[in-house]
Amino acid sequence: MKVELLIIGGGPAGLGAAYESVRAGVETLLIDDGLKLGGQLVKQTHKFFGSKLEYAGIRGIEIPDLILKEIDGAKNFRYILNTTALGYYEDKSVAVLRDGKVSIVYPERLIVATGASEKMLPFKNSDLPGVYGAGAVQTLMNVYGVLPGRASIMIGAGNIGLIVSYQLLQAGVEVKAVVEISNSVGGYWVHAAKIRRMGVPILTKHTIVEAIGDEVVKGAIIAQVDDSFEPIPGTEKKIDCDTICIAVGLSPLVDLLFHAGCKMAYVPELGGEVPLRIEEMETSVKGLYVAGDASGVEEASSAMLEGRIAGLAAARSLGYKIDDYDSRISKLLDELKKLRESPVFERVRKGYEHLKGF
Amino acid sequence: MRIKEHPILEFPERRRVEFYFEGKKIYGYEGEPIAAALHDNGIMVYRDSIRFGRPRGFFCAIGHCSSCFMIVNGEKNVRVCVTPLVEGMRIERMRKKKGERES
Repeated sequence: MKVELLIIGGGPAGLGAAYESVRAGVETLLIDDGLKLGGQLVKQTHKFFGSKLEYAGIRGIEIPDLILKEIDGAKNFRYILNTTALGYYEDKSVAVLRDGKVSIVYPERLIVATGASEKMLPFKNSDLPGVYGAGAVQTLMNVYGVLPGRASIMIGAGNIGLIVSYQLLQAGVEVKAVVEISNSVGGYWVHAAKIRRMGVPILTKHTIVEAIGDEVVKGAIIAQVDDSFEPIPGTEKKIDCDTICIAVGLSPLVDLLFHAGCKMAYVPELGGEVPLRIEEMETSVKGLYVAGDASGVEEASSAMLEGRIAGLAAARSLGYKIDDYDSRISKLLDELKKLRESPVFERVRKGYEHLKGF
Repeated sequence: MRIKEHPILEFPERRRVEFYFEGKKIYGYEGEPIAAALHDNGIMVYRDSIRFGRPRGFFCAIGHCSSCFMIVNGEKNVRVCVTPLVEGMRIERMRKKKGERES
């Protein structure tokens, strides 16, 4: 099958890209391996920050429909769910798996908006059922209405750890503690304050040492850490819980970019291996664009902006005439810059400085 | 366990269907991931790890980590976190053979 533009991933970045490409008139096919469009937005019950461009004040779960209603039904737009991109080949084709059948798509332009996956933390028994990615628990609760357990602890006090802790409480799950290895909370203070008000201790300079249990998690042992993040003997504490949520960061899903031979760089501040790209999100492989967490782990707000930039740039490179192209791109870039000026983005800013060095 | 009340979300009634876990009849909602239905039924162990036979279950919920492989209608290595539940499905754990467990 031939298509002008293939977008892989229907999260905030992919939807942002489709929003621009479809409106510019590009024949756009979007595929997503999930059961619902929206990527990780489908479980984000909290209200977004930023400006109007980032849907500030609106709950994440409402955003996919807001974007979709602008483009759904357009003759030049199609999206398919429960469909996985398996690989990118030398002839610039993409193999796609759906209902057990593989088909080949030949896109003239490709936007990879595959997102990220959760990082794991090594500790004793960390492989027991009951140790889950925080994002996975969020999906189970907020999308499917299933409780992960009765009592939990959260490892990591970044935004995901803080937000999911609050959402566990909202769903009726006890949160015994948020455990953070560094000496301060990494996420927005407003999220930290909400869970502190509800009586959840945030234990900085602590880590998990062990999950207790045979077949499934029955508890956890945590301990204080010293300045080199090593557990201090004698400070261990046992916590009764059946759920241990891991929120220690994400890694970009870049498999397809490696297939394509994109020039990559290891930037820990952005989650791991990320593609080199120009401001308009094109990688070192001509016609292949990235957006969102796949290009470096940030937030849904920045993913939407990057997606829109990639969508506009891909449309223009296909020969579509876009009014005020330069001013629209620079407006989106300005917005992205403003977003990254927040203290929570300090690490991301360092990451982009680091990336410039490659 | 299902969420009964939530300050923000509503979970509309869906079609409740029967399916089979290791031959035993249990229930879930049509179209939800198999993993969600299993979790609701208190089933957390999905398979044994290949080398040491340690229990494996739900982990990433995005079809990426391979932790949740199960046998679905006789097919091995199905990612139950992203596979929708269909009425009458037969779900089984992937077990290491007896005597092979090393841990």
